[in-house]
Amino acid sequence: MRPSTIGNTGTAQRVEDEIFRQGRDLRGSGFRLLIFSALALSILILVVLIGQVLTDGWPVLSERFGDFWTGTLRSRSSDDSLGISQGLVGSFWIAVFVAVLAFPIGIAAAIYLEEYAPQNWVTKSLDIAIRNLAGVPSVVYGLLGLFLFVKLANDGQSALFAGGITLAILVLPIVVITSAEAIRAVPSSLREGAYGVGATKWDVIRSQVLPFAAPGILTGTLLSLSRAVGEAAPLILVGAITGRLAPRDGSFWGLEQFGDRFTAMPIIIVGWVQESGRDEGFGSAAGAAIVVLLGLVIAMNSVAVLLRNYFEKKRG
Amino acid sequence: MADIGIPSDLSTGGSVRDVLTVESLAGPRNRAIKEQLIRGVFFLGAFVSIVISSLIVFSLVREAWTFMTQVDWNETWGQIGWFPRRGHYDMPTLLVSSLIVTVVAMLVAGPLGLGSAIYLSEYASRRTRSILKPILEVLAGVPSVVLGFFALVFISPQVIERIGRNGWLVIGAVILVAYLAFVVTWARKLVQREAGTDISTQVKRVLILTALVATALILIWWINDVAGSADPNSDEFFTVKRSGQLAAAAVGVGILTIPLVASVSEDALASVPKELRDASAGLGARKLATTVQVVLPAAVSGIVAAFIIGISRALGETMVVFMAGGAADAAPFTSSPFDGGLTMTAGMASLATGTDNVVGEGLTFQSLYFVGLVLFLLTLTLNVLAGRFVNRVREKY
Repeated sequence: MRPSTIGNTGTAQRVEDEIFRQGRDLRGSGFRLLIFSALALSILILVVLIGQVLTDGWPVLSERFGDFWTGTLRSRSSDDSLGISQGLVGSFWIAVFVAVLAFPIGIAAAIYLEEYAPQNWVTKSLDIAIRNLAGVPSVVYGLLGLFLFVKLANDGQSALFAGGITLAILVLPIVVITSAEAIRAVPSSLREGAYGVGATKWDVIRSQVLPFAAPGILTGTLLSLSRAVGEAAPLILVGAITGRLAPRDGSFWGLEQFGDRFTAMPIIIVGWVQESGRDEGFGSAAGAAIVVLLGLVIAMNSVAVLLRNYFEKKRG
Repeated sequence: MADIGIPSDLSTGGSVRDVLTVESLAGPRNRAIKEQLIRGVFFLGAFVSIVISSLIVFSLVREAWTFMTQVDWNETWGQIGWFPRRGHYDMPTLLVSSLIVTVVAMLVAGPLGLGSAIYLSEYASRRTRSILKPILEVLAGVPSVVLGFFALVFISPQVIERIGRNGWLVIGAVILVAYLAFVVTWARKLVQREAGTDISTQVKRVLILTALVATALILIWWINDVAGSADPNSDEFFTVKRSGQLAAAAVGVGILTIPLVASVSEDALASVPKELRDASAGLGARKLATTVQVVLPAAVSGIVAAFIIGISRALGETMVVFMAGGAADAAPFTSSPFDGGLTMTAGMASLATGTDNVVGEGLTFQSLYFVGLVLFLLTLTLNVLAGRFVNRVREKY
């Protein structure tokens, strides 16, 4: 036993053990390994998922990729004109609805909450409403859309505008919360400097707050856009078409289609997955459609994350 | 007073040599009006959220009220299952399935999410973090239909059906070995009379462990029995439904919930002041002791909040269960995770799928809103609760 300067031998032994065993902290490395494998497993799942989707979709992606873009919903998977064009159109217009409705309203709400709102019960209830809306399950928004836009506004017929507005409402709280966070990060010295040279509140917001918060707001809006493009449950409730949808004659840009029945990328995937029990070829088609959707969504998210990291670094 | 060069439209009129007052700084009237208008526009934007909240509550309550006042309440409890088009609205079917999915999902998302958060926040170097965290964020962005597909074509046949065939034997053996190992260590400690060994705590520990193992075995036996009775001729360890089960869907939901639990827990861990870690290290604690005995207890409210938010998310997840849950638009009552079933969310989606006209018995359409209202109230309660816990962390540090 090493000589000890501490009187109580039991304690001394303990302290020395703790000090000299540094190199072989078994429990410590075990714990480290355990939590690292939790993270590694989460990432491994993502890798397996992407691999699975690619292998399932490969037959369609490699053989008839061109037709797949322009094709429509069909009843047999062997049909040469089976494809996702209707889903792309639907998802594109839904994204437009979100960008036109949710972005301006959401950013306006964030500006009000951060720059104007006085400390009173109105502000408090606004805050509570927004926080709780963000936690409402997406199907419930579907119920709202079904009631308001399909039953009341459109005589019980499903339409593209119903899906678009429903998803705009769904992502609105996310836009508000992320934009408000970006605005909160604006240093108050910027505002005070602007007030000091005689700017009004609106001048300050327009020339100082918004330019500084723009990257953060952009990241939030991009994330919410990708959420809206990938969301299926509210559209199912609103009555998006999963089975067969007759191809439209009108142009891609035609505004009259807002009143028509519609489908979207995630809905096409759901439909084909359901059909795959009856006709195996649909499984492969679903895999290919997922590759397209996943590519879109991951691209949007990556741009958002890269933008955020770039501006964070730039500001130090 | 010298001329300080105020533009004439700012002064109260008359000579520029007048005394400068607060009123004169207010500027022209139309400028003030414009400011008020802009403020009003922004307020309207914020007010939309209240309008939406009220509309959600209104539409849910209105249709659910029709359901609640007209339905035969015997049809909502103790029926053979959820057959809304035939007028059987058995709520326990949906509630029990939702419970199974949520519990199994949290068994996946809880450890994986919390483990990832601890690693990223306490152990990872800055470089590792900057690579691994974005990957976790990609997982957060994966649409739920993709997870639904994955759960159906991979998790169900590769994981759940395998567990169904022989997994319980393995799990049972692992539990038994762990139990024996613990008892042996305990006995050794008692025999050697190691310093700091208190007999009563050791006995208590063994009793608790025995109780836990017994519960686990009873649970396994029960699940086995319930699912096995579906097909007595099966030679599998016990019967698993083909092509989609609640368990497969639940694992998918759990995977979707991992990034959420991870990011909220990580925020909680990051809000623990660095001084606590330094003080712990100064007292001679190792990384493990600092993490488990100092950082985690300090962040416990935030971690609880992360779990509650995760539960709320899992409860509200629709598409994964709809696609991989192994049930069509109706489901008989089941309490086995290896059976097909409908959760509240999947029940709604399957009623409404592919059509804009929900057809069926008189109240089928309204039943959607009744289930929706129940789900809304449950998740609202959970979210309010989680908010309380998050606030507690904020107040503390």
